[in-house]
Amino acid sequence: MTSLLNIFDVAASAMTAQSQRLNAVASNLANADSATGPDGKAYKAKQVVFSAQDMGGPANAGVRVTGVIEDPSPMRRLFEPNHPMADASGYVTMPNVNVVEEMVNMISASRAYQNNVEAMNTAKTLLAKTLTIGQ
Amino acid sequence: MNKLDELLNFNHQALNLRSHRQQVLASNIANADTPGYKARDFDFKSALASATTQPEMSLAQPATTQAAGGAAPAPAPQPDLLYRSVIQPSIDGNTVDMDVERAQFAENTVHYEANITMLTHQIRMMLAAIQG
Repeated sequence: MTSLLNIFDVAASAMTAQSQRLNAVASNLANADSATGPDGKAYKAKQVVFSAQDMGGPANAGVRVTGVIEDPSPMRRLFEPNHPMADASGYVTMPNVNVVEEMVNMISASRAYQNNVEAMNTAKTLLAKTLTIGQ
Repeated sequence: MNKLDELLNFNHQALNLRSHRQQVLASNIANADTPGYKARDFDFKSALASATTQPEMSLAQPATTQAAGGAAPAPAPQPDLLYRSVIQPSIDGNTVDMDVERAQFAENTVHYEANITMLTHQIRMMLAAIQG
């Protein structure tokens, strides 16, 4: 049987994963209107992929970010004939960032982060209490 | 098993299981957003019942068997992990319900602390009996 200390590892892995997700959200929101990037194409929304990670037995499942994927949803097309990036028919390809979705993602990530902080704090309190046995 | 072991054994086993359950619930909270993760838990009542009926290693055992690199003590049995039944399934296959997990986590915390308090009192009681 493993000890309560494992909660620190599990919660920390989840916090790392959630902060990576928050980073992706920040990047997506910042680039919501970037019509062009380093490769000359419009920015594509980034999404992180979570997967459960074994951290010593089935009772200890941490979180790992297995990869950052580009959002497969179609790009936004804007009709702006005067835009320097407009194609022959006058359309500009804009990023496929869904701002509403990103905001929801942000709230969810921040709440999940808070939950893990709470779990970690509780584990800390319990360990401190355990040390007082017999006193 | 001597009297002192017998007295402390119940709370010892209960505390072990409570700490194990705390980890299971922490894992559920950590994986609240992992697609396909199934929330897990175990039946505390039956786990405690089987843990307390198992013959514990006696403290009176001669120390030489262990010091000489003899048989290592058997690891404590792990309770059977079950899957939580889903109330509100989500489309990505994740079955973690944060309300349930947080409630169980808080409940388990209180029980853990209660267990420690009881253990402390039992030790004090025994000390009082020894010192007169």
